[in-house]
Amino acid sequence: MSDLVLDHAAHGAAKDDMKFYVRDHHPENGTLLGFWLYLMSDCLIFAVLFIAYAVLGRHYAGGPSGAELFDLPTVALNTAFLLFSSITYGFAMIASQRKKLGTTLLWLGVTGLFGLAFLSLELYEFAHLIHEGAGPARSAFLTSFFALVGTHGLHVTFGAIWLVTLMVQLNRHGLTEANTRRLMCLSMFWHFLDVIWIGVFTFVYLMGVLP
Amino acid sequence: MSAHHEHDHGHGHGAHDGGHDHGSMKTYAIGFILSVILTAIPFWLVMGNVIKDSSTTAFVILGFAAVQIVVHMVYFLHMNSRSEGGWTMLALIFTIMLVAIVLIGSIWVMYHLDHNMMPGMAAPAPGSTVQQMHDMP
Repeated sequence: MSDLVLDHAAHGAAKDDMKFYVRDHHPENGTLLGFWLYLMSDCLIFAVLFIAYAVLGRHYAGGPSGAELFDLPTVALNTAFLLFSSITYGFAMIASQRKKLGTTLLWLGVTGLFGLAFLSLELYEFAHLIHEGAGPARSAFLTSFFALVGTHGLHVTFGAIWLVTLMVQLNRHGLTEANTRRLMCLSMFWHFLDVIWIGVFTFVYLMGVLP
Repeated sequence: MSAHHEHDHGHGHGAHDGGHDHGSMKTYAIGFILSVILTAIPFWLVMGNVIKDSSTTAFVILGFAAVQIVVHMVYFLHMNSRSEGGWTMLALIFTIMLVAIVLIGSIWVMYHLDHNMMPGMAAPAPGSTVQQMHDMP
């Protein structure tokens, strides 16, 4: 599609200056668009889980409410972990553009540690809730809560696995074209999860504790 | 005329990164600082109990979330109308439309369902219960 447009534009502007349309040093790549489409479909999965929470979030079935269960300082700490991991991934991307493999790996490692910190805190929170008898089977509210936050946590888990795999590949093959492409895909995935988390902490936690 | 303008812009931008926007230290820093501010304010509003009316607080923090999502899209995901010939933006708009329709529709329908099935409302008198049943769409 983009080729067609470029071709057409080049014909139209043939009399002007052709050099503006020379972009072959950085060819259009379908992978990034395809990955973006995957993220959009993932967005629909999260939308459905958000809707389930919106509908069921106040159905406590006589059980504990969000205001009684959620510990906002923990959530704030988790949000900070994820936000820091986003900016450190950004630093890794900048380092990869400057072709500095060591710095890229360093920032990816820091990103992974923040991701693990997020996951540990979330697992601790889940374990704490289940221990208190507020497991996913307690009420419709808790079912939808665990489904939504758990799905996000699963995505972060797979993102972390991907991150480690990519670090091994980078270590072995360096900043090749394929690895740079993978780095950009994971960048989109990681930042996308942060976007979803904005919805989670606002809609589930902050609005959940409001009377 | 406008095509010519686009053309000049494409040249200026394409000169250093071929039309793709990967972000720089500056854009990541701006995005990060904005995100921290936009995250801190909603937490402060809720934890400090700043606004007494909880539905006002809810609307305000939803507004902050919407702004922060846009900030992330622009500064971290580098969304713009030019990348991939505009197809990413088109996919995003389509997704937002689907989500909006399903979200608003579900909440609307389910709210009315809840309203009609409220245990307290079916109880008062047999006559009114029948009336309730007839009112149900």
